[in-house]
Amino acid sequence: MRRDEGAAARGATPERTNETVTFPDTGEPLLRITHLRKAYGSSVVLNDLTLDVPAHECVALIGASGSGKSTLLRCINLLETVDDGQVFLEGRDITDPRVDGDAVRTRVGIVFQSFNLFPHMSVLSNITLAPRRVHDVSRADAEEQAMAMLERVGLANKAKARPDELSGGQQQRVAIARALVTKPVLMLFDEVTSALDPELVGEVLELLAELRDDGMTMLVATHEMGFARQVADTVVFLDGGEIVESGSPNQVLEHPTDERTQRFLRRILDAGRM
Amino acid sequence: MADRTSRGHAAGPPLPDDRNAVDGSAVDPGAVDRSAVDGSAVDRSAVDPGAVVRSAVDNWVPSPVQLERLAYRRARTRKSRLAAAASTVALVVIGALVVVNTPGWPQFRDSFFDLSYGWQVLPQIAEGLWLNVRLMVVCEAVILVVALGIALSRTLRGPVFFPVRAAAIAYTDLFRGLPLILVLYLLGFGMPSLRVAWLPSSALFWGCVALILTYSAYVAEVFRAGIESVHPSQRAAARSLGLTHGQTMRHVVVPQAVRRVMPPLLNDLVSLQKDTGLISILGVIYDAVLNARIAQAETFNYTPYVVAGLLFVALTIPMTRFTDWVARRQGWAGSGGAL
Repeated sequence: MRRDEGAAARGATPERTNETVTFPDTGEPLLRITHLRKAYGSSVVLNDLTLDVPAHECVALIGASGSGKSTLLRCINLLETVDDGQVFLEGRDITDPRVDGDAVRTRVGIVFQSFNLFPHMSVLSNITLAPRRVHDVSRADAEEQAMAMLERVGLANKAKARPDELSGGQQQRVAIARALVTKPVLMLFDEVTSALDPELVGEVLELLAELRDDGMTMLVATHEMGFARQVADTVVFLDGGEIVESGSPNQVLEHPTDERTQRFLRRILDAGRM
Repeated sequence: MADRTSRGHAAGPPLPDDRNAVDGSAVDPGAVDRSAVDGSAVDRSAVDPGAVVRSAVDNWVPSPVQLERLAYRRARTRKSRLAAAASTVALVVIGALVVVNTPGWPQFRDSFFDLSYGWQVLPQIAEGLWLNVRLMVVCEAVILVVALGIALSRTLRGPVFFPVRAAAIAYTDLFRGLPLILVLYLLGFGMPSLRVAWLPSSALFWGCVALILTYSAYVAEVFRAGIESVHPSQRAAARSLGLTHGQTMRHVVVPQAVRRVMPPLLNDLVSLQKDTGLISILGVIYDAVLNARIAQAETFNYTPYVVAGLLFVALTIPMTRFTDWVARRQGWAGSGGAL
């Protein structure tokens, strides 16, 4: 029932998964992406992309729609198989087909633009699903953790509600709680405020800033330049599946050197989003 | 939530009290509440269900304009009900007159609607119907399990599962195409004729197997449609939490899929209910249809068939209404917000 590569690897030589672990030099970044390539048919979405995300840092991915931000996040979470290059999580190559994708995904949380809460479950069940089914946490413990997490995102009073009874901002905060409850080492945020009404964007971005202050390692694809400037340690500008420019927020957003970055930022500025 | 908030704003501040003074005689909050309750029972669109709540919450009293609208809607409902009743009566009367005035009507009436004979055979046929009901319950339980298994096996990815997928596809193609009656003959007469000692030879058993095989193919397709209708982002969200393919199916996809396909599923159930009548072609199964045939053979009067038919209809109508009710209650499944 699992992904075939994983099942085949486990069936044939269960111990091989462990052999492929390469232990890094100390000081290696939590996430290292090298020469990543991903194409859908003839359209190359990510091209020779190399990026490091050090532990406890927040990297903001900016760029126009279609520049490859979402695809990059989906590749890191193994929701897509890469065409070439490698992704190392804590020094281990997770793009190796012998790696158990499910195990990797339990350690990388992702929050989607469209929330993707499970509509047939209460808020509480949405959050307890993974702890109970994947991590074998007892129902009582899972619910306790979930309530603590809901408390943290300020929605403890909505535990029994259905997702469609919540506002977009509340749904997104539940989605963040759902991803956080299994204590991932890395959080991916895929334009988490893009589907929200302007007045609801703030509550979600505030939560992200708090997470960053708590030391979570985060990779955030965003259109919110204000957020990138205030919260991110590094800003990466993607265009056509390539990293055009990266550096501190001040460097990339205030003093961009590449012409493409300048053009993108000018468009954003004209649209009044900065 | 946003929706609720905006509704709260729309309600606005309570109307000033002197507003009733303008048209005091027309404003009787009790009457409004009553009409609102009546209205919502008959015609949802006629009365804003929020109206009753709001009046309780903030002392809202409907404006004369609103009262006039309510009165107009009530009058319109009354008028259309009268029209519906009149046209129904007219149609039935005309239809009955046409049938009754056909040249063969007296003979037809005697051989199909012999009331006293129908009453006489009713217990016998009802007893047979009980067998149909039990058959239906047993078959449906097995069908749901088999069909879900087939639908799920078609979702398996990877080369390892190719034979499973291929078998599932071949199975649905074959049994959706084969007429049920052929399957019944093939299994009901064919299997016992193999004279394999350990194979059951009961016609009832093979009749059930034929129903299960045929209906599982249909129901599997219904389940598959439901599974495929669940947006891929739901699967992505579940897998991103570390759930395996199986866990994703079990906890996220199938529960949503089943809710969505409830109406077509129950439709197949209703259909199965009457198709259990077909297995009496295998001979020795005393269900409603065979009992009707026996009763008919004694007197050459066809009334027993009509009785059996009416009993089947009486059985399916509650099921159909239940289907409608489920479909209405599941309204939320269609609008998954941003999903």
